[in-house]
Amino acid sequence: MIRGLGLTSLLRSPAAVANRQPGQLRVPAAARAAAPAVTLPSGRDLRLDLFRGLALWLIFLDHIPENVVNWFTIRNYGFSDATEIFIFISGYTAAFVYGRAMGERGFIVSAARILRRAWQIYVAHIFLFTIFMAEIAYVAATFENPLYAEEMNILGFLKEPDVTIFQALLLKFKPVNMDVLPLYIVLLLFFPPMLFLLLRQPAFALIGSAVVYVLALHYDINLPAYPNGVWYFNPFAWQLLFVFGAWCALGGAQRLEGFLRSPIVLGVAIAYLLFGLDVTLTWHFDALKFLVPNWLGQLIYPIDKTNLDVLRFAHFLALAAITVRFVPRDWPGLKWPIFQPAIRCGQHSLEIFCLGVFLAFAGQFIISEWSGGPLIQAAISLAGILFMVGTANLISWYRDVEGRSQQKRAQPVQGTLAGGEA
Amino acid sequence: MKFIIALVAAVTLASGSAAAGTEECAVPNSLIASDHELTRVMAQVKERRQLDISVIGTGSSTLPGPDGAQFAYPARLETALQQRLPGIAVRVTAHIEPRQTTAEMVAGLKKILSEDKPSLVIWQAGTFDAMSGVEPDAFSNSLIAGVNAINAAGADVNLLDMQYSPRTASMLNVAAYADVMRWVAQEHGALLFDRLAIMRYWNEEGTFDLYAATRNHDMARRVHDCIGKALAAQIINATHLTP
Repeated sequence: MIRGLGLTSLLRSPAAVANRQPGQLRVPAAARAAAPAVTLPSGRDLRLDLFRGLALWLIFLDHIPENVVNWFTIRNYGFSDATEIFIFISGYTAAFVYGRAMGERGFIVSAARILRRAWQIYVAHIFLFTIFMAEIAYVAATFENPLYAEEMNILGFLKEPDVTIFQALLLKFKPVNMDVLPLYIVLLLFFPPMLFLLLRQPAFALIGSAVVYVLALHYDINLPAYPNGVWYFNPFAWQLLFVFGAWCALGGAQRLEGFLRSPIVLGVAIAYLLFGLDVTLTWHFDALKFLVPNWLGQLIYPIDKTNLDVLRFAHFLALAAITVRFVPRDWPGLKWPIFQPAIRCGQHSLEIFCLGVFLAFAGQFIISEWSGGPLIQAAISLAGILFMVGTANLISWYRDVEGRSQQKRAQPVQGTLAGGEA
Repeated sequence: MKFIIALVAAVTLASGSAAAGTEECAVPNSLIASDHELTRVMAQVKERRQLDISVIGTGSSTLPGPDGAQFAYPARLETALQQRLPGIAVRVTAHIEPRQTTAEMVAGLKKILSEDKPSLVIWQAGTFDAMSGVEPDAFSNSLIAGVNAINAAGADVNLLDMQYSPRTASMLNVAAYADVMRWVAQEHGALLFDRLAIMRYWNEEGTFDLYAATRNHDMARRVHDCIGKALAAQIINATHLTP
C-alpha cells in the first residue's frame, strides 16, 4: 500500500500533501491509503495555545506547595491534571510543526530541527537546575530545626556536588517539580522516527505506541533516577499521550470527528468526569468517603501518575472530547480579549514553562520566608501569572519586530506558526 | 522575620501557659475521627485492663540527642494515655531506627510482634521511602504486607504518615506517599494518624511556626508532646474508652 518504498520517495512524498490547498479536510480514500494520509490544517489552532497556556498557569499554581489557589486547579476535581494537557498539546504541536517541515524539507532537516528543540529544552532544564541548587544551598545554610533532623538528610546530596551535578547533566537527578522537561526531552529525542512513521502509517504508529505503554506497565520499564528510584514521569508510559497528540494533529482528529459527535460518547465522557469528581472529592472530604466503597477502591487505587494510569488517560480523553465538542476550532470566543493572555502564554510554552517553574520557586521562597497567609499566597499566584503573561507578550512583540526586519532582507519562511512555536 | 517568629513564639507560649494541656494544640475532631474501630485494643483492655502498644518508625519518631526519646511522641503518648485511662496499664515500646525503608521495617516486624505482643502497632512510615525514592507502588505493597502481618499477629494497626515540613517541600515530595498510606489504611483495615494534615493545621492556625529555624529543642519537644496527645485522643476515640 505504501507508494514507493525507496528512501527518497519515503522522505519526499509528504511534500505533495503539504502543498495541497490549506484547510482541506477530506481526502479521497485512495489517497488516504497511499503514503502519507495527512492533511495539515492551515493556520494555528488557537485552542491549542489557549489550553496549553491555561495548563502552564495551572502547573505554576500546583508547583507552589502551600497555596490556597491550588484549590482551583483541575487536579482536585478529577484524575488527570495539567501535565496531561501540556504533554498532549506538545505532541500535537510538535507533529503539526515538524510534520510540515518533514513534508517540505525531508526527514534529515526536520529531525535536526526536532533535536535542536530538544537541546534548547535541555539547556533550559540545566538553567532551572542551577536556580534550584541555589535555593537548596540557601535552605541548607540557613535552616535548622531538631524537629526535622530526618527530613534535612535529603540535603545530603550537597555534600557531593560533583556527583549531583553530573547526574543532573545526565537527567538522572531531578528535584521535585523538575520532571516535566526531562520527559519532554526524551520524547523529542525519539520523535523523528515516530513522526516519520506517523506520516506514513498513522494507525500502526499509534498501535506501536500503545504496545510500548502496555509493555512498560507490565514489565515495569522506566528510566533510572539518582540517587535511586526511577523517573517520576515514566517516558515509556507518557509517550502514549504525546504520540496520541501527534496522531490527532496528523489527521487523527478528523478521523475521530464523527465518533466525537456521537451523543453516546458525550454521555460516557460526562459520566466519567462525574465519576472522577466524585472519587477525588472523597480525598478531600472524609464525610464523602462512603462514595468510594472498598471494592471500588481496591479496583482503582493507587492511581499512578508515574506510569500514566489508565484512569488518568481516560480522564484526559473525556475532558478533551467534551472540550472539542463545545469549543470548535472557529469558536468566536477564541478572539475575545479575555483569552488572549492565556493564548499568548501557550504560544511561547517553553519560555513560559521555565519561567513558571522559576516563579514557583520564588513564590514558595517568599511564602516560607515571610510565612505568607492565604492573601499573600493569592497575591503571589496572581503576580506570577501576570508576570508570565507580560513575558509572553514581550516575546511576541520582540519576534514581531525581529520578524519584520528579517522580512525586509529575506523571503518569509513558509509554514510558520503564526507567532507560536512547537 | 525575626519579629514574626518572636511574636508567634510569644503568642504560643502565652496561650500555652493560659490553657495548659490539650487546649494549646487542640486538633479538630475531623482530623482524627474515623469509622475504624480498634477491636483488638478494645478486647485487650476489656479482658486484662492492659494496653500494649509498639511504635515502629524512623528518624521522625524520635528527637536528636541522648534524651531525645523521652521527649518524643511515643513516650508522650504513653504519658497521655496513662493520664487519660486511669486503672489501665499502658505500655508503649518504641522501636525507632533511622534510615529504614518500609520494606526493611516489614522484615523486622516478626521479632517485634513476638517480643512485645502488642494489641496496637503504631507504624510511622513513608519519610525515608520518599527520601530514597522508593516507588509508591512498592511502598504500597510493603505497607499492605506489614498491615496483614500485624493483623495476623493479633494487633491493630495505626499508620502514621510524614511530618509536615514546609522548608524541605521543594526537595522532598511526600504527597504521593501520604496518599498511598491513606488508601492502604482505608482498604486494609487500619487506622490512619494523619500527622501531615495535623501539623499543617497547626502551622496554619499559628500553633507552631514550622518554618522557623532554631537550634533550640523546645518547639520540637512541644510538637512531639502534642502529637502524643493527639494520638491518645485518636486511640480513645477509636476504642470508645471513656477517659
